[in-house]
Amino acid sequence: MNNITTEAMLSHFGVSVEDLKKVLAAALEKGGGYADLYFQHTRNNQISLRDGEVNRAASNVDYGVGIRTVAGDQTGYAYVENTLPEDMIRAARTAAGIAATTTKPSLEIKLTEKHFHNFYPIEIPWESVDILRKKEYVQKLNDRIFELDKRVIKATVALSDTTSYTMFCNSEGILASDYRPMALMHASCTMQDGTKIENGYSSRAFRLGFEFLSDELVETLAQETVAQTALMFKAVKPKGGEMPVVMGAGGSGILLHEAIGHAFEADFNRKGVSIFSDKLGKQICDTSINVVDDGTIEHARGAINYDDEGVESQKTYIVKDGILNSYLHDRISAKHYDVAPTGNGRRQSFRHAPMPRMRVTYMESGNIPEEEIIAQVKQGVYVDNFTNGQVQIGAGDFTFFVKTGYLIENGRLTQPIKDINVIGNGPRALADITLVGNNLKIDEGTWTCGKEGQSMPVGQGLPSVLVSKLIVGGE
Amino acid sequence: MITQEQKDIAQGCMEFALKNGCQQARISFAVADNSSFDFRNTQLDKLQQSSENKLYIELFVDGRYGSFSTNRLEREEVQALIREGITSTRFLAQDLARRLPDSSRYYLGKGDGLELYDDAYLSINVNSKIDLLKQTTAEVYGKDKRVISVTSSYEDNRSAEYMVASNGFEAFSQDSSFSLSSEVALKTDTDARPESFWYDSTIFWKDLQKEGIARKAFERALGKVGQKQTASGKYQLLLDNTQASRIVSPLISALMGTSLQQKNSFLIDRLGKQIMPPSVTIHDTPHLARSFGARWYDGEGVATSDLQIIEKGVLQTYFIDTYNSVKMGVEPTISSPSILNFELGNTDFNGLLRQIEHGIWVSAFNGGNTNQTTGDFSMGIEGFLIKDGKVVSPIGEMNITGNILDLWKNLVAVGNDPRKNSPWKIPALLFEGVLFNGL
Repeated sequence: MNNITTEAMLSHFGVSVEDLKKVLAAALEKGGGYADLYFQHTRNNQISLRDGEVNRAASNVDYGVGIRTVAGDQTGYAYVENTLPEDMIRAARTAAGIAATTTKPSLEIKLTEKHFHNFYPIEIPWESVDILRKKEYVQKLNDRIFELDKRVIKATVALSDTTSYTMFCNSEGILASDYRPMALMHASCTMQDGTKIENGYSSRAFRLGFEFLSDELVETLAQETVAQTALMFKAVKPKGGEMPVVMGAGGSGILLHEAIGHAFEADFNRKGVSIFSDKLGKQICDTSINVVDDGTIEHARGAINYDDEGVESQKTYIVKDGILNSYLHDRISAKHYDVAPTGNGRRQSFRHAPMPRMRVTYMESGNIPEEEIIAQVKQGVYVDNFTNGQVQIGAGDFTFFVKTGYLIENGRLTQPIKDINVIGNGPRALADITLVGNNLKIDEGTWTCGKEGQSMPVGQGLPSVLVSKLIVGGE
Repeated sequence: MITQEQKDIAQGCMEFALKNGCQQARISFAVADNSSFDFRNTQLDKLQQSSENKLYIELFVDGRYGSFSTNRLEREEVQALIREGITSTRFLAQDLARRLPDSSRYYLGKGDGLELYDDAYLSINVNSKIDLLKQTTAEVYGKDKRVISVTSSYEDNRSAEYMVASNGFEAFSQDSSFSLSSEVALKTDTDARPESFWYDSTIFWKDLQKEGIARKAFERALGKVGQKQTASGKYQLLLDNTQASRIVSPLISALMGTSLQQKNSFLIDRLGKQIMPPSVTIHDTPHLARSFGARWYDGEGVATSDLQIIEKGVLQTYFIDTYNSVKMGVEPTISSPSILNFELGNTDFNGLLRQIEHGIWVSAFNGGNTNQTTGDFSMGIEGFLIKDGKVVSPIGEMNITGNILDLWKNLVAVGNDPRKNSPWKIPALLFEGVLFNGL
């Protein structure tokens, strides 16, 4: 289900097409070249378990409309928390103030409904499910974690479901609507072994309805959470310094997200502040490497049917055969570069103006088995489990924090390692990828990207790769 | 900022909740206004203005607890949310530790005296904000051919909250803030485009630093030109007053009731013990007027008071809210600190720098994390190599790694120069024997 018609969405927000035209006209009345309206009604529900019982529920309702006027590459933005025409028009006039003239354009806007492919059809809407049915899975996950290892002394589990109704229209005449589900489950446990205490966690997130929950999901999360925590007791900090790093398939996509993804976002390049600003069309890494930012993976956390500027979702090659092929564009940057937007104009909510953001970023598979990649390393580390990362766009220095991994000694994985930061430089790290595995895996965790105060659900993936040198934290 | 109508909505919610099955309830009505402007190089890049309202509803039903929030304030919508909330909460397991604070612990004053709101907020017109941005940007843009982008941002906010609880709490708070920042990016003879920022933020418009922000950002960016790694090894570590909070924050997290009760803290069973050198004394001073972070009561309505956190290196308190106090069987304190004040040393940042024989001044962290269960940390850094009290060269793309308590044991000097515009007033700090990972 979730094929919501725009007619139903107009009714949901209590507005007519005529209202939308009036608000758009007000947003353009000082001479702006483009305007859009983004309606959103979101309900998030969470239930959580602590100390063995599901004992907390929380819900949040958020409702409003964001109004944007664009004049050249300048943006005026305002929002209101209702959809009363007079309030929307007042906000539109505030946004319109970004334009410098007082000339009213003689613009007749014709809104036409636009349909997009649905990359997240659901079976059971969260709105139809009561808390009892959700609670069962949360409790099961806790119980399974305690069953799996006697050293478990504490566990927490959280289940979050979000349903967003959105409607978009712009001065180019697009009128579209979307129903965006998001489901997320997170488990953590604390274990005690003698006097040592360690904590670990696991999570999954998809754009799915209640069908997200299953016994298989519970078992997977329980196994991962316990295994992750148990590994911490055996793990040490490696000797730090510059060394080869094998990035295991999956969550290691954080390398792409931090090392190059942000620096490829076109707003930074348009302003000339990215280290990749002069690199479009140039060879930046081995010709065997292709890197994609993809909003079309069904049910993925970073999937979108259309972006928050009404541009159809797409699979964008940012690196093709080792050449920097495309930046990630919103409408403003696409106009600046005179290219078509790539469907990366995203926003956290109606309270925020859109800007270029990643969706699901990954590298396509190569043809080398992972064990052969590890075998090439005499002394280094293998990393496959991460918490957070960061990048400096201009300098290109990026980091990611490794929760667990392994030492590589003479071509074999040996001692587990934990809690180390890895730092490198984006262009150099990309050029230093010397081997690409045949095992691409898209990570299914709860990745959330932060940029200029806006959080965005994203995904990432990687086949196992060898980066010939990075600076590894350690003793 | 809060109208009588908004107070009535909050009171009405509480009455409705109590009539429909709740034994206790706490309701907050929050409002905020915001305006922000970005000016890039030669033109206004972005303007944004907004006002928002939010209702926070906490329900205590038959020994169970649920929390709900909405910005849809129509009476029917809110009542439906409360009814649904009560139904959902009844499906939960009982958790008898969930309760409102004992009413004897509530703040009972009128909320005056902290000077957190600027009455001039509404009188500052848009043109003066934009003119300020133009002047700030012009401090740097076009003055040096290496400058490729200057973005200056101005933002002001005012917010207010009215909170009531069914066992006799009612209070109102209001604050304002003004901030001016500038980001400067440079292009030199390499691919790297060094960038940096500087900012000021204040509660009162007239206190805001209106000159020199972009120049300072430019100087900081210029300092990064030619950054390179240096050799791995142990160095003295100097943190300036913009960065020192990064190594205080894991300590504060580890002192929170939830971390302790969940056994997810490296400071379990350390109350009354020496965890830092005797040179460290940290107090919470929540009633410091005209300071960000000042408050008469915490998120539960519990009255704040001056509190010793670390006294000559000895841990004096945990931050225990009502829920965790019942869970842990200990007396509650306060849910979180408000304003951290360090007992200051005798010299400022420059004086500490002059004491360094072989060290690194960390001017910014780049990512990294701390394991809250063990205190182990590893963080990316950038800064400057220091030899014999002098800056030698900019460094970057390096890590520091260790354990947070071990790091604090190696503290050798506390500065006297906390940054005023932060609720955590932490001066520059000098450590020895810190492991840096580089070449």
